[in-house]
Amino acid sequence: MSVAAPPALEVLGVTKRFGDVLANEDVDFRVERGRVHALLGENGAGKSTLVNIIFGLYRADSGEVRRNGEVVHLNGPRDAIDSRIGMVHQHFQLVPVLTVAENVVLGNEPTRRGVVDLDEAASVVRALAERFGLEIDPWARVEDLPIGLQQRVEILRALFREVDILILDEPTAVLTPQETTHLLGVLRGLADTGVAVVFITHKLREVMAVADDITVMRRGKVVGSAVPAETDEASLASMMVGRSVELSLERTPASPGDKVLTIVDLVVNDDRRSQSLNGINLDVRAGEVVGVAGVEGNGQRELVEAITGLRGVVSGSITLEGVEIAGMSPRQISTMGVSHIPEDREKFGLIGAHTVADNMVLNRYHQPPYSRHGIRSPGAVEDNAERLVAEFDVRPSNIGAMVATLSGGNKQKVVAAREFSHEAKVMVAAQPTRGIDIGNIEFIHRRLIEYRDAGMAILLVSAELDEVLGLADRVAVIYGGQIVAIESADGIDRDRVGRLMLSGTDN
Amino acid sequence: MSDLFIRTRWWVLTILVFVLITMFTAEFQQAQTTAVLASALRQSTPLIFGALCGVMCERSGVVNIGIEGQMLLSAFVGFMVASSTGSLVAGVLAGMATGALMGAGLAGLSVTLLGDQIIAGTVLNIAAFGISSYFFQQGRTLPSGKTPQVSLGPLADLPVVGRVFFINRPLTYISLILIWVVWFILFRTRWGLWTRSVGEVPSAAETVGISVARVRYTNLIAGGCLAGLGGAYLSLEAVGSFERMMTNGRGFVALAVMIFGRWNPIGIWGAALLFGYASAVQTQLQFRGWLADDPQFIGMIPYVVCIVVLAGFVGRARPPAAIGQPYSRE
Repeated sequence: MSVAAPPALEVLGVTKRFGDVLANEDVDFRVERGRVHALLGENGAGKSTLVNIIFGLYRADSGEVRRNGEVVHLNGPRDAIDSRIGMVHQHFQLVPVLTVAENVVLGNEPTRRGVVDLDEAASVVRALAERFGLEIDPWARVEDLPIGLQQRVEILRALFREVDILILDEPTAVLTPQETTHLLGVLRGLADTGVAVVFITHKLREVMAVADDITVMRRGKVVGSAVPAETDEASLASMMVGRSVELSLERTPASPGDKVLTIVDLVVNDDRRSQSLNGINLDVRAGEVVGVAGVEGNGQRELVEAITGLRGVVSGSITLEGVEIAGMSPRQISTMGVSHIPEDREKFGLIGAHTVADNMVLNRYHQPPYSRHGIRSPGAVEDNAERLVAEFDVRPSNIGAMVATLSGGNKQKVVAAREFSHEAKVMVAAQPTRGIDIGNIEFIHRRLIEYRDAGMAILLVSAELDEVLGLADRVAVIYGGQIVAIESADGIDRDRVGRLMLSGTDN
Repeated sequence: MSDLFIRTRWWVLTILVFVLITMFTAEFQQAQTTAVLASALRQSTPLIFGALCGVMCERSGVVNIGIEGQMLLSAFVGFMVASSTGSLVAGVLAGMATGALMGAGLAGLSVTLLGDQIIAGTVLNIAAFGISSYFFQQGRTLPSGKTPQVSLGPLADLPVVGRVFFINRPLTYISLILIWVVWFILFRTRWGLWTRSVGEVPSAAETVGISVARVRYTNLIAGGCLAGLGGAYLSLEAVGSFERMMTNGRGFVALAVMIFGRWNPIGIWGAALLFGYASAVQTQLQFRGWLADDPQFIGMIPYVVCIVVLAGFVGRARPPAAIGQPYSRE
């Protein structure tokens, strides 16, 4: 191989520092054309920094980037685009009020006599979409599209610029299993046309499924590389984390007690006032985890919001140990013993501009010991926070830090610590590990099982089928606003659950 | 057809109300009606200039509350230059240059130094007031007089409309043209698409290779030229001299006009005409000695009209998403 063509992209000795933090240290990374290259690592391992350097958004302190063997100087995205590097960002870089076509051509608009030619743009988008199997309506406004289609717009935008290196930063974090499968197929197809695909993730199953090459980063350094044929998920995981990791959780069988949460014939509307739950029947017993599996948008969000009081109930009942809670305010429900890990922690779970300590008492700040006679007691708030930060291993352990400055995994630990700390009877956990890394996922999963064993009734809603199957004692499949199956997780057939999720029937 | 009526019912209703009020205040005489409408147009012109400045800035994501200051100082500098050179054209150009310079200053503070945009705009207002008051000299005049009236040939002979729209002074015509120019730039050209994306999601614009700083600087400077024209209008076209504080809050009203017009130049025109019209009606009624014992009720008219129409129209207005936020890449 010594006379092979130079790689499509080569990063040599790149170092990048943010203040005191060494985000990338002497990183070497090479990508070959026509191959899918998975860049693995936990949050904060430096993957995003590395690709932002490759895309010209950050300037490396030292080191160089080569394209086809030649050193390139990337002083901005424009340079990266000019050297045919495209990127699909983790937080989509789209303008929501513009149409799909406008977003795709933005920056390289076709014009006719000075006027942006939107018809031309739309037909270009349509042609690209057809060619790569990414169907989309070019005239739709991006803000009206579901998240999976928004990602298509990002990918189409890169393809429109005829990239020959496509970088995707955690593309599957926001996708349903079906969308993920489709995306991985599209990436494979792209690689077959000669594009070098760089694909950042921390989901090992996907890496094993689609990658040709694997590079693993940890704490700003490249700690190893592999090809899927010669490795397995466990060894990749330990490379990422730096210690061996339990991928499947050891747990004892549940010993369910009495019914704690009972939902009967629940009907709830969605934001557009059309019915999204059409008579849900579900109960959760003390000491068991009931997992709700389903493709997103089948009523999971409305179910969680109805139980926690965030959304009105049209008809039916929700009882907590025999007491009707439908119609109560979120605070009343929370006080009665329903905890909630919301799916969108930034929006519903935390106040970013407040401290860790204050966020730890967001649901109890008005009660003793945190307030007396309407006046807050900072001492009690701090003691509580110190205890929880230690117990849940929140890093950094500074309780005065703004929550917004924490990583995703640590934010989620703050939410979990708060919600677990108040002797709840029921925990409603919606996507409890979305967007957080392996070490923290393992931690949250352990906690859920520990509290289950202590007698808490846990309702787990997750778009990750593996998570549901790995944690739940009983699995309920939700489809079209109804529970289409509910059964013991023991010996459940993964494929059958997948079919139920997709069509509501198992044949 | 009925669908069209439902969609346009507010406009139809509003125009109907306007016509009735106008005829009523003018005691059903054509000459009077024309005078009220012409006065409405004159009152709206500085608001149009100011609001067009605002829309250029805000569509690119920068709040400009310094329009008042830009107009005031431009009115002053424009007047001083025209007064000492004897050339109105030089005065107008000097006014535009003043507005543009102040726009560049605002850009420097808010785009380069990432300062708070409200504070930066306030700085402009205070500076403009201080400078224009300090250097103001009583008794200066324009050797050339105000900008001349231009009538547009046969169009000017049309009843009512001709007198209102086609016998005006140059900056008024320019404002009417600029409405469409700014609209075209914002919604049809590449620059407009860039501007709107920078004002919504600057990081998205940056990742496709658009320079956020360049777009914002350019728009703030261009907007400054527009505010400068508004200032020049006040001192060189409307009044013919400079007075302390002569903008009298019009820069702020222009911001209201911009919001009311939903950050769209055509909407802005409608909004500016409404504000201008309400002032014209109020003046007319006071002039006629209506309710002379309680003139404050007449004085309320513009505000009442605004509240009523605001409640009917403005509900769904949505500002550019990135407004007020300094942008830096790392």
